[in-house]
Amino acid sequence: MATANIQTPDLAHDVHHDHDHEHHDNFITKYIFSTDHKMIAKQFLITGIFWALLGGILSVIFRLQLGFPDMQLEWLRPFLGKWITEQGKIDPEFYLALVTMHGTIMVFFVLTAGLSGTFSNFLIPLQIGARDMASGFMNMLSYWFFFLSSIIMLSSLFIETGPAAGGWVVYPPLSALPQAISGSQLGMTMWLVAMVFFIVSTLLGGVNYISTVINMRTQGMSFSKLPLTIWAFFLTAIIGLLSFPVLIAAALLLVFDRSFGTSFYLSEIYIGGEALPNMGGSPILYQHLFWFLGHPEVYIVLLPALGITSEIIATNSRKPIFGYRAMIGSMLGITILSFIVWAHHMFVTGMNPFLGSIFMLLTLIIAVPSAVKVFNYLTTLWKGNLVFTPAMLFSIGLVSFFISGGLTGIFLGNAAIDIQLHDTYFVVAHFHLVMGSASFFGLMAGVYHWFPKMFGRMMDAKLGYIHFWLTFVGVYMVFFPMHYIGIAGFPRRYYSFTNFDAFNSFTDLNAFVSIAAIFTLGAQFIFLFNFFYSMFKGRVAPANPWRSTTLEWTTPINPGHGNWPGAIPTVYRWPYDYSKPGAAEDFIPQHIPYSQTKESNLPHENELIKLENEGDVVIVNENKH
Amino acid sequence: MLQIVILVGLVLLVAILMAIFRISRLLNVAKGTDKEVVDKGSNSFNAILFIVFGVVTFGLFFWYSIVYYDEYTPPVASEHGVLTDGLFWTTMWVTGIVFIITHILLFWFSYKYQYKKESSALFFPHNNKLEVIWTVVPAIVLTILVFTGLKTWNDITDKAPEEAEVVEIMGYQFAWKTRYPGNDKQLGNYDFRLIDAENQFGMDLTDKASFDDFTPREIHIPKGQPVLFKIRARDVLHSVYAPHFRLKMDAVPGMQTNFWFVPTKSTAEMREETGNPEFNYEIACTEICGKGHFSMRMLVVVDEPEDYKKWLAEQESWLSKNETYLAKVPANLKEEAKKASGLNNTVEQPVSEVETTGASM
Ligand code: HEM
Ligand SMILES: [Cu+2]
Ligand SMILES: [Cu+2]
Repeated sequence: MATANIQTPDLAHDVHHDHDHEHHDNFITKYIFSTDHKMIAKQFLITGIFWALLGGILSVIFRLQLGFPDMQLEWLRPFLGKWITEQGKIDPEFYLALVTMHGTIMVFFVLTAGLSGTFSNFLIPLQIGARDMASGFMNMLSYWFFFLSSIIMLSSLFIETGPAAGGWVVYPPLSALPQAISGSQLGMTMWLVAMVFFIVSTLLGGVNYISTVINMRTQGMSFSKLPLTIWAFFLTAIIGLLSFPVLIAAALLLVFDRSFGTSFYLSEIYIGGEALPNMGGSPILYQHLFWFLGHPEVYIVLLPALGITSEIIATNSRKPIFGYRAMIGSMLGITILSFIVWAHHMFVTGMNPFLGSIFMLLTLIIAVPSAVKVFNYLTTLWKGNLVFTPAMLFSIGLVSFFISGGLTGIFLGNAAIDIQLHDTYFVVAHFHLVMGSASFFGLMAGVYHWFPKMFGRMMDAKLGYIHFWLTFVGVYMVFFPMHYIGIAGFPRRYYSFTNFDAFNSFTDLNAFVSIAAIFTLGAQFIFLFNFFYSMFKGRVAPANPWRSTTLEWTTPINPGHGNWPGAIPTVYRWPYDYSKPGAAEDFIPQHIPYSQTKESNLPHENELIKLENEGDVVIVNENKH
Repeated sequence: MLQIVILVGLVLLVAILMAIFRISRLLNVAKGTDKEVVDKGSNSFNAILFIVFGVVTFGLFFWYSIVYYDEYTPPVASEHGVLTDGLFWTTMWVTGIVFIITHILLFWFSYKYQYKKESSALFFPHNNKLEVIWTVVPAIVLTILVFTGLKTWNDITDKAPEEAEVVEIMGYQFAWKTRYPGNDKQLGNYDFRLIDAENQFGMDLTDKASFDDFTPREIHIPKGQPVLFKIRARDVLHSVYAPHFRLKMDAVPGMQTNFWFVPTKSTAEMREETGNPEFNYEIACTEICGKGHFSMRMLVVVDEPEDYKKWLAEQESWLSKNETYLAKVPANLKEEAKKASGLNNTVEQPVSEVETTGASM
């Protein structure tokens, strides 16, 4: 540990130092084409909130169909136009489009861009002690590619033939053949184009996050002193960088099949009264490529949320995170394993069953690091001194969802059990808890926790409590009953269940779920109000409202471009010195040297004091220029 | 009317929230709690709510799981289904216990260790023994689950027994079709380029094995004997899903997939067991395939073996029902085709007529 202290000096110090005080931005460079990571983070956040709202509304519309199949939806005609049939029902094809867009929006636009985009951008420089991202310009491009992608995806909702409708996984041949479903016409093309821009955005962001974490940590901030948030964002970016290009490849081949007559995924197809010329392709190939991204994507969505909650739970338990190294180890394990489990989505696709056995083995291994994380969270709470800020509540909620949803993964990872459960509501319940709701709660926790740093004001805690409890109860009311519906065998992506005797039940439960969904969506408006109201009228934030140890709280309440007006603080200790025996306060920030905390130092820390003095010399030099 | 009520309700809700918001804020300022590090009142309120939440949801969970057990557990009617159901419930017990214990800890800790000004948290950054324990224990439990699952999976996906009854199922937008091999126990070749309005399977009539193939409207299978589904698709992906047989396998254009199983209960027995005289085994589609995805229904009838034999004997070959296709049969196989398809007793006239056109094929 001791030797790890030596760090590359932060070159950015000198570059920025003399001019960041009088950085005069005009409106455009400050709020629109900003290269300040904090502003870009806010741009991602606001766009993400917009998408979350839209994704939520889409889900409520199709939940109306599922919960109340006989309901008159004529009143939706002003919004949906011809997608409401003469009988006042949702068109079955449009139902699929709604499901597809809901999934795409939630996974990519909300929980990838909205979550990583916001918090990696916001926290990486602030928590590692850097003035900005490695490349502010690339960072800006990353947002604007995302914006472009958003515009295209959003426009596809309004075109004549409707948006993509083949499910968020857009399996060919359905997605490749315009005659198979109307969503596979222009809508699918727009989906593919939007996703390509989206991936470009993700890669630009990812390169930045990785190089910033590697190169721009402040004096003393070794990897073994990084907050778990940064570890999580760092590993997430690596996963994204390695897996998203594969999705580009998959999408590109699909574009070829759609537009240039190739046969990568198509073979022996007779549709619309004619036999197509394509021979020799394989739809399974697409599935392998897709899930090579698709599974890591689950962790791209989840890891940042886990990082955020590790930080928040430690802070608000007033206790070090239990097993810091084990937490890093399990994240590393998850990162690596996430690349070798993809085919567990394909047990019953006709893939060689032997492959199924292998992937089943690998899949259940990945449950071990996940279990370790849960136990570590619980032990962090044990004998803590828990402060229930809204962020803390959402973090505890995340742990609960992570357990509930993670456990059902053990069923699905078992190929023999998955035969029955695959593509039923059990799967819908599973991934909504473990990936959807858990990550969504991570996002919410992050917003409540870092809002004071983002906007210099506090959100209202009481409204936060109400928001949390309504959402926590609501999410369980929506997704818990889906387990029963799934065990009963109900398939997903079904417009209605009345055609089958086997699925002609649970109408009450489905209605209940739909009401709960509306209720849950409604509760989000409390958040929206709180968010926007507090942005302008909230109580002005103190410098360190949660009495936290990490570096971002050493910046001014409203940090300018460059983050610290003076020198960047040097880091001496890990980020989890909470309630250290002997210390006066129940937290010691990372930039406090051991030489000032003799009363609470552990024996080996006293030895580090010697090294600190050498470090100080560097600091002094730096202040002089 | 309903809309107006909802609207008014929403407005009221917002008004109430605003009121709570203003009042709580004023109270905070008046009491000075906004200056405190931790607002004790809200903190213990939240802590108590975790306990309340835990108790209520566990109550609901047990109540629903027990009372509605029969509703959400469809009866099982295949040999391997009994095994996979067994695995399912074993996993349910193991994970259920973990679910309950971890949640009790989560909510209990939240309550017990809520902030107290006078107390302070325990500085407990790590403990190797604990960490090893909860890495190794889940690893062992998972290994056991994996190995029992692997064995079952390997048995299920093993090669079908020689004597299995072969049934071909083909998915297309938006229905299923089925084809049986007939007396020769062999399905004829097919080619998607031969598909037309009548010849939905694209049966290749130059292959002798096609002559006696028949395509009934519903699937019949014998109870207690191995059955092999040979599955394919004509246009996009579909997935054969027979919930009572715990059977699911994608139908892929350009690639045949298989699933074999042994049905254990006849339709009649199932009607008795479920107390539903209308009960039928069904096949549904579980791979999104377009507009009619939710309506791809096919009936399966499980017969007693002797009834099944009777049913088989009654079936007429596809060729015998579509005589014009005799034209596609090569001349040297015509006789055999007529015999195999059961066309012997038909009138000569139309056949020879077709023969001339057939020569150009
Ligand atoms: C208001 C909250 C939400 C509700 C009520 C909801 C409801 C649903 C339902 C019922 C389905 C299945 C529809 C069907 O198969 O016919 C679905 C699909 C899906 N949802 Fe959600 N969901 C919500 C939030 C989320 C979130 C936060 C995520 C983020 C991961 C998400 C991701 C997905 C995905 C990926 C699908 C699959 C789409 C597909 O089948 O192609 N949802 N949602
Ligand atoms: Cu996966
Ligand atoms: Cu389908």
